[in-house]
Amino acid sequence: MDTPALAQRLAQRFPEVLEARGEVTITVEADELAQALLHLRDEPDLSFRFLSDVTCTDWPGLDPRYWLAYHLLSTEHRQRVRVKVGLPPEPDPPRVASAVPLFPTANWLEREVFDFYGVVFEGHPDLRRIEMPEDWVGHPLRKDHPLAGVNTQYKGAFIPPPDRRGL
Amino acid sequence: MPVQRLPGTRLGGTDGPGVDEEQEARRGVLLTTLGRAVAWARKNSMWPATFGLACCAIEMMATGAADYDLSRWGMEIFRASPRQADLMIVAGRVSQKMGPVLRRIYDQMPEPKWVISMGVCASTGGMFNNYGLIQGVDTIVPVDIYVPGCPPRPEMLMYGILRLHAKVQREARIK
Amino acid sequence: MEDLGLREETMIINMGPQHPSTHGVLRMVLALDGEYVVSCRPVIGYLHTGIEKNTEYRTWQQGVTFVTRADYLSPFFNETAYCLAVERLLGIEAPPRAQVIRVMVMELNRIASHLVWLATTGLELGAISMMLYGLREREEILRIFEMVTGLRLNHAYVRVGGLSMDLPDGAVDRVRAFLKLMPGRIHEYQELLSGSPIWRQRTVGIGSVSPEDMLALGVTGPMMRAAGVSWDLRKEEPYCGYETYDFEVPLREAGDCFARYEVRLEEMRQSLRIVEQCLDRLTPGPWVRTASAIPWSTSSTSWRSRWRP
Ligand code: SF4
Repeated sequence: MDTPALAQRLAQRFPEVLEARGEVTITVEADELAQALLHLRDEPDLSFRFLSDVTCTDWPGLDPRYWLAYHLLSTEHRQRVRVKVGLPPEPDPPRVASAVPLFPTANWLEREVFDFYGVVFEGHPDLRRIEMPEDWVGHPLRKDHPLAGVNTQYKGAFIPPPDRRGL
Repeated sequence: MPVQRLPGTRLGGTDGPGVDEEQEARRGVLLTTLGRAVAWARKNSMWPATFGLACCAIEMMATGAADYDLSRWGMEIFRASPRQADLMIVAGRVSQKMGPVLRRIYDQMPEPKWVISMGVCASTGGMFNNYGLIQGVDTIVPVDIYVPGCPPRPEMLMYGILRLHAKVQREARIK
Repeated sequence: MEDLGLREETMIINMGPQHPSTHGVLRMVLALDGEYVVSCRPVIGYLHTGIEKNTEYRTWQQGVTFVTRADYLSPFFNETAYCLAVERLLGIEAPPRAQVIRVMVMELNRIASHLVWLATTGLELGAISMMLYGLREREEILRIFEMVTGLRLNHAYVRVGGLSMDLPDGAVDRVRAFLKLMPGRIHEYQELLSGSPIWRQRTVGIGSVSPEDMLALGVTGPMMRAAGVSWDLRKEEPYCGYETYDFEVPLREAGDCFARYEVRLEEMRQSLRIVEQCLDRLTPGPWVRTASAIPWSTSSTSWRSRWRP
């Protein structure tokens, strides 16, 4: 199955399928996400059994503000597909169902998205920060988080951004 | 009693021409020479603690391996335990999560101890002027030698180590 | 146990983030029952550098300098992956000479990266000589890299649209000399390790993972191929013209540490084959695409002609 054929096949089930630059993207609603992933994983002619990435982008001022992206791979059919979910700015934090029951590897990937963007995955077995220290405040990859100028963990020191260090 | 150095005093040797040994001792000459001897011993068998963090750690490994061979200065044994080490080479970027760990390891090292900050990341945060990294390891531990570069070549690290040796030797003399 | 009045108890041990056998900064919370590890909870994030946030504030071309530092053992792979993505966005392709040189430096990089793995694993399992040998050969590759790019690590050599500069004079001869040297050395490693009872006891049957678990847990690369799953991007989704090179994908069935070791050794041999083919097909030509989409020029390379390693 080549990429246009895959896009056609997926269009039978999903209303929003986009094919661009040789990549197929499906957009689904947040409450349909688990269903969609299950379908993609278990249909024999799709069998996307490998979740290669879960990531997120932040678009402040827009609705939906957060776009989750799940990247799936089928080693049998040599195909890739991207599933996108838009999440509104309210409520904060945004919530979505976890993919861990379907793909064990989503465990750490979702923890990373939670750490950096503050998206809460409902049903995740162990949703904690993964990269930043556990008592860190804020979600650093959100666009409204500053690049630099943070309190360090060590004895409450503050490191100003480089342009205000007065070196 | 303030220590005074006699001009032209010889190291060791008991047959100093015309100067009574006891008198020398009272002036603190023996003390300084002992200090120098200790410093000489310290400098020639420094035991570094491994603290490799990123790309710079790979260069640190290369410095210890066959081509560059740190054992020429008695430093081939990178100690796994900080309690057996007196030199910490902070090689690479120190993240916010690693900062407290680094300080704890520094505190565990016995006195006297020295720190080399290897690479621009450890020294200032380097190109990563962001929320994730501690912008200069000197905000957590006192640093003796900064080795610039991204990554510093093994030769640069060796030069930094030799400068530290010179410093250790000199420290004893001013005491 | 019961009648002796002893209780079975597991002991929780914290290993890392600063530990002699973690090359890199990984912390593991282990539950031990005597010598057996009952459970292991890895804790990561001790090297979180914030590269993503920094690149948000940079141009596409400057991004190369950041991604090359993401995995410092295989900088060329990071650079190429990033540049291919940006090139796909721009709808351009690097000229053929650049593609060939990319493949060449990537394969040399693969060997260097595998050598670090082999060296440090040897060190951990008690073969210190392997450490010395591995880093010795890696040094040869780094010298080639330094000659080509000017740096030993973190090269930022592969750029969007091609390369930052052409190969210098004499680079091809240098690589050819390396190609002559290396097969014997790989044979030496195999002689040293494969038959050694200590090496075998500590790798054969250790850490085996089934192919299904590999898929579910998102494991790829030599680990997956050591479990018998033939999945190599160079064959399945070729880029940079990999489909035109003649090489094999080594496979093993066992899925344990020894199988991974064999796969990696064999991959080094295959990489040498690819590098050799690259050298044969190097033809003169432009090494960067001049498109209006990439506003940077490569004309200021006159210093190269004066520079000799
Ligand atoms: S200074 Fe450069 S080489 Fe060293 S850790 Fe930082 S980025 Fe890596």
